[in-house]
Amino acid sequence: MAEITGAAPRVRGIRETYLAEVRAKRLANLVLGVLFAVLLVGGFVTADARNAGGFWDGLHNILDFPADVIGEAWERAHLLPGYLLKYLPSLIETLNIAAASTLIGAMAGLVMSLLVTRGLAPVGWAVGPLRRVLDILRAVPEIVIALVLIYLLGGGPVPAMIAIALHTVGALGKLFSEVNENASLKPVEGLESVGANWTQRMWLGVIPQVAPNYLSYALLRFEINIRASAILGFVGAGGIGYDLRNTMSWGQGKFDEAAAIFLLLFLTIVVVDQISSIARDRLTHGARRGEAML
Amino acid sequence: MTDATLHTAISARFARKRLLSFALPGLVLAYLAYVFVAFDIAGLGERVSLANAATLVRDTYSYKTHVTRDNRDASVEIAIEGERKGQYAPGTAPAWVTLPEGADGDTVIDLGKGHVVTFGAEAVTYDIPGYGRIVTTPGRGGVDAELPPGPVPDWISVSKNRLAVTTDAGRLTVTRNRAEVFRYALGWELFFFTLDSPYHAMGWGELASRAMDGEAGAILSDFWTNSMWRHGDVAWALVETVLMAFLGTFGAAIIALPLGFLAAKNFAPLGALRFAARRVFDFLRGVDGLIWTIVLSRAFGPGPLTGSLAILLTDTGSFGKMFSEALENVDGKQIEGVTSTGAKPLQRYRFGVIPQITPVLLSQVLYYLESNTRSATIIGAITGGGIGLLLTQAIITQKDWEEVSYYIVLIVLMVMAMDTVSGWLRRRLITGGGA
Repeated sequence: MAEITGAAPRVRGIRETYLAEVRAKRLANLVLGVLFAVLLVGGFVTADARNAGGFWDGLHNILDFPADVIGEAWERAHLLPGYLLKYLPSLIETLNIAAASTLIGAMAGLVMSLLVTRGLAPVGWAVGPLRRVLDILRAVPEIVIALVLIYLLGGGPVPAMIAIALHTVGALGKLFSEVNENASLKPVEGLESVGANWTQRMWLGVIPQVAPNYLSYALLRFEINIRASAILGFVGAGGIGYDLRNTMSWGQGKFDEAAAIFLLLFLTIVVVDQISSIARDRLTHGARRGEAML
Repeated sequence: MTDATLHTAISARFARKRLLSFALPGLVLAYLAYVFVAFDIAGLGERVSLANAATLVRDTYSYKTHVTRDNRDASVEIAIEGERKGQYAPGTAPAWVTLPEGADGDTVIDLGKGHVVTFGAEAVTYDIPGYGRIVTTPGRGGVDAELPPGPVPDWISVSKNRLAVTTDAGRLTVTRNRAEVFRYALGWELFFFTLDSPYHAMGWGELASRAMDGEAGAILSDFWTNSMWRHGDVAWALVETVLMAFLGTFGAAIIALPLGFLAAKNFAPLGALRFAARRVFDFLRGVDGLIWTIVLSRAFGPGPLTGSLAILLTDTGSFGKMFSEALENVDGKQIEGVTSTGAKPLQRYRFGVIPQITPVLLSQVLYYLESNTRSATIIGAITGGGIGLLLTQAIITQKDWEEVSYYIVLIVLMVMAMDTVSGWLRRRLITGGGA
């Protein structure tokens, strides 16, 4: 009996501290929420003020341009198949830029990722500096490198390819090294014990373990790179983005052709997204099944 | 018998593996060869502009001062990078230029290493150590250049109407109407103050002491409004870019959260609605940020708002998809537990679902915040807003590569800062909030 009466005040004390903590947490959350809302609204107002046209003035015009494009495309719908065919080579160029840069970037990223994974790296002291290199490659937007290279090499697909490939090295290098960290070291040790050199250890001991994840990440990168390559075309690096800018030039818009390009770009992105999503699912799913079998 | 079948099976597997290990690199090589031809990489050598590359590299770490003589009235102007905003006031000059004492004295330009150019009343002379003196008398009949005897070296190009001399000390160009000397110097010119500012030639110590005496405001304002580097505008451009990323990412997250519920199998019982929501996400993502940017800039004009909305639309699609997938993976037990205490539907969401998905969503949103800072730079370059616009402008004008390198450094720092901030927030909010 005495024990219970002694415990009651203690329980009350715990209860009060708990409630106080909850109140403090709620207050902190409220303050954070208000701060966030203020930032969001303030940011919107600032952005609105610094924009050439205001949000509320432009809002009712937002459908004008799509309506123009669709209207013009509708009027000349019979020309659309011809346009789709006409811009197919540019689309292929855009896809080639994306594919080549993903391929080159993934291969370089693979090597980089092995060099920056602790435990696998052949040169220990180089891990830190090489990671910084990857950070910088990742931080530079593709457009920066592309614009500089366009100045040096002239317009065309090569500057875009180099720019996207460099960014891909940074992005995939990091993701691959995260995958490598989870790889089992047993095969590597086994290979080392029979005298395999570093290349052989990596090629036969690590890569087979991580290849499905690598492929999955590389496919995701390919999706991203298609978009990037279209955008870089818009600033003069060839491909379908370049054609889009030409058809869209203010004043003499050829909106029916622009519509065809929009359509091509949209379909490409959706189709590649779907295919790569299925493929990635199978890759990771297959890997899971492989693990279960072990 | 079984051994034999096993043997054939294994052999077949090995054969397949061997084929694959040769075919795969072969395919990659074939594709790269195709790209090599399709992109005309072999012809790249001719298209590379080495002169452009040299200017670019030199310009990033040095600047040039132009000393220009108008041959018709023999007046001399001195301007950094040949720009109006870098012009020396009449009667003032850098230490290596000696202005004439009287009305028709000589202007002597010391290019260093013994190279001296003299703008006389009639003649322009250039003394080159180890070579001799070049005298030109520009007039109506041409530049009338007299070179030392012997063959003309390849760093001098001379014709009737034009003389150009390029040495490692500088460069002299004489035409009928003007004579111009470039002198190169290391560094970024006028980075802190322009020539018209009283603080231009001061050292750090004096600046600091003046700032103490109450001139800090004036000093800052001279720096901020520096017409050569436009620090104020650049700072605003950076803010605009970060703003685009911030508004776009969080706006998209706020819109995508309720839509994510509509698209999640376990929360939206109505199949048609779920299908519609998913198609909306696919559409928003499929119409790329590039197209959204173009469409929106037609309605709102260039600026940060257009960029924000373009990011917002694209990411609403990405977030909607990710959120609905995260919602489909929530643990039903927590919701049951909350329900068992008699919670109403809204409370069930608030206490049963939201705490489960918050870490996942936040980490994705914060990851996008960093990546969108890069997108905002790119969108800015297309629609005209933020640091992307400044960068494209600086590259298109093709004269101030030190500005280009300045902007690139700023962009890299900005993206890395956003990466750090978002990483810090992710750790704070997710591990701190979850524990």
